[in-house]
Amino acid sequence: MIISAAVAIAEARRGRLGERVYSGRSRAIFERGYIAFKSSTWMVILSGFVEPVLYLFAFGYGLGELIGNIESNGLSIPYAAYIAPALLATSAMNGAIYDSTFNIYFKLKHDRIYHGMLATSLGPLDVALGEIGLALVRGFLYGVGFMAVVAPLGLIPSLWGILAIPAAVLIAFGFAAVGMALTTYMKSFQQLEIINIFLLPMFLFSGSFYPLTVFPEWLQFIIKALPLSQAIHLVRGLTLGQINLGLLGHVSYFIVMIIVGLFFTTKRLNALFMK
Amino acid sequence: MSSPLITARGLTKKFDEFVAVDEIDFDVARGESFGLLGPNGAGKSTTMRIIGATSQRTSGDLTILGMDPEKFGPQIRAHLGVVPQQDNLDMNLSVSENLYIYGRYFGLSRKFLKTKIEELLEFAQLQEKRNAKVESLSGGMKRRLTIARGLVSEPEILMLDEPTTGLDPQARHILWDRLFRLKEQGVTLVITTHFMDEAEQLCDRLVVMDKGKIMAEGSPAQLIKDYSTKEVLEIRFGSERNSEMADQLRGMCDRIEELPDRILLYSEDGEALLEKIYSAGLHPKTSLVRRSSLEDVFLRLTGRTLVD
Repeated sequence: MIISAAVAIAEARRGRLGERVYSGRSRAIFERGYIAFKSSTWMVILSGFVEPVLYLFAFGYGLGELIGNIESNGLSIPYAAYIAPALLATSAMNGAIYDSTFNIYFKLKHDRIYHGMLATSLGPLDVALGEIGLALVRGFLYGVGFMAVVAPLGLIPSLWGILAIPAAVLIAFGFAAVGMALTTYMKSFQQLEIINIFLLPMFLFSGSFYPLTVFPEWLQFIIKALPLSQAIHLVRGLTLGQINLGLLGHVSYFIVMIIVGLFFTTKRLNALFMK
Repeated sequence: MSSPLITARGLTKKFDEFVAVDEIDFDVARGESFGLLGPNGAGKSTTMRIIGATSQRTSGDLTILGMDPEKFGPQIRAHLGVVPQQDNLDMNLSVSENLYIYGRYFGLSRKFLKTKIEELLEFAQLQEKRNAKVESLSGGMKRRLTIARGLVSEPEILMLDEPTTGLDPQARHILWDRLFRLKEQGVTLVITTHFMDEAEQLCDRLVVMDKGKIMAEGSPAQLIKDYSTKEVLEIRFGSERNSEMADQLRGMCDRIEELPDRILLYSEDGEALLEKIYSAGLHPKTSLVRRSSLEDVFLRLTGRTLVD
């Protein structure tokens, strides 16, 4: 047997837990994303950053002029400050979903990038974690970029608002994990559109632009169970400084999404590539 | 002689009811160039994926470098260079970035890769294309890059699935030349192909596969000797009359194969046989004497041609 550097690296992991699905090198996938990003993806990131800013100016200030201040949990705040956290949560979701559905579908079915990756000593969990890691970076960039715009405008009344950035990362993680798991089940490009059909109404009706109290109680109950509503209420609680135990509930919601998403993604990648 | 690098016994792969690989046995020795020859759907690629530890066998035994791929997938894959049938180069990256990142997937250091990439670019004759996007490469260049990529981890075994399918003759010859060099360096090659000339050129030893089974095994020369005659006479009477004429020709030679467009006559001396046919008053529209090839072996074994 010839012991090349690659062999020595793989042999060093022999006997570790989960060695057949995980080689501890998801950073290589991450690095690939970084190289690809340098050359092409940055335009997509830029547009993802600009979108919530446009919404903020169009609705927050345009419509906000007519609406004036709004009551949120006993706090009177400008309308723009009410929708800003919702826009941040939504852009974290959109970025994560775009990465984990369209981008991943292409790599999976069209470019067959994962076939190449999994012919090396990498395992499917490396791929899943690396790809999702990229979605997190995107969530982080959106969070920081959006904060840099809205904080100087006085739309983040509370210092707790700084936690909206890690919250955006958590939200991106949850959506990316579930999005990637769903994508592995998709048979055609058209099926991905189903995800979009679901996303837009979720954005419009999850309490982004007005409180959920306008809806009948049974509908409020359903909307509150949806991930974007959870995300919006988490970020809004932080930016308005309305800190309560409910926020931990939202955090747990995303932790469950992450675990479920990663579990199914790894399982499916194993089934797709190791069959 | 050292023990074989790859040993398969009763190797079987089923997809639901469909048996893709049906109890095959083979060994691959260190440093040899081993071929799987057969038509599309013979089970060659499936066999390759099982060896490559990216597909699990249904039953049978398989040992690669003394390890079971089901238990030590990553360890085995670290020994293998894989060149898939369908190119899966990273379209978002440049030529040298493709080599770099593939090395990173194996966990190789940046320092090691820096010199390795230069070596591989030279080997693949792609130095001038190092910063080009993969999309802009020709089919032959892409395939050479895929092979170079497969070599980044300095594998002991290079697995090539249909390496020259879709390439023009010149690109094929360049590729064959590169593969010869690897063989000279002691890399063990496992190659699938449905081109008999490729199998004859590249393989020291091969198995002929059909419908998931191994039909015969040996060196190209030995297989031709065992399953065919030295020469083949190909004649055409026109598609209307071929079958009628075939009946008259039977008995004039060792064996006769009737194809839709031509008749193949197997004989030790093709020219003499052609003379005999002319003197019997038969006048084929075209005639060609050639040496027997693996195509003839396959025809003999299965009654079908390799490329339809």
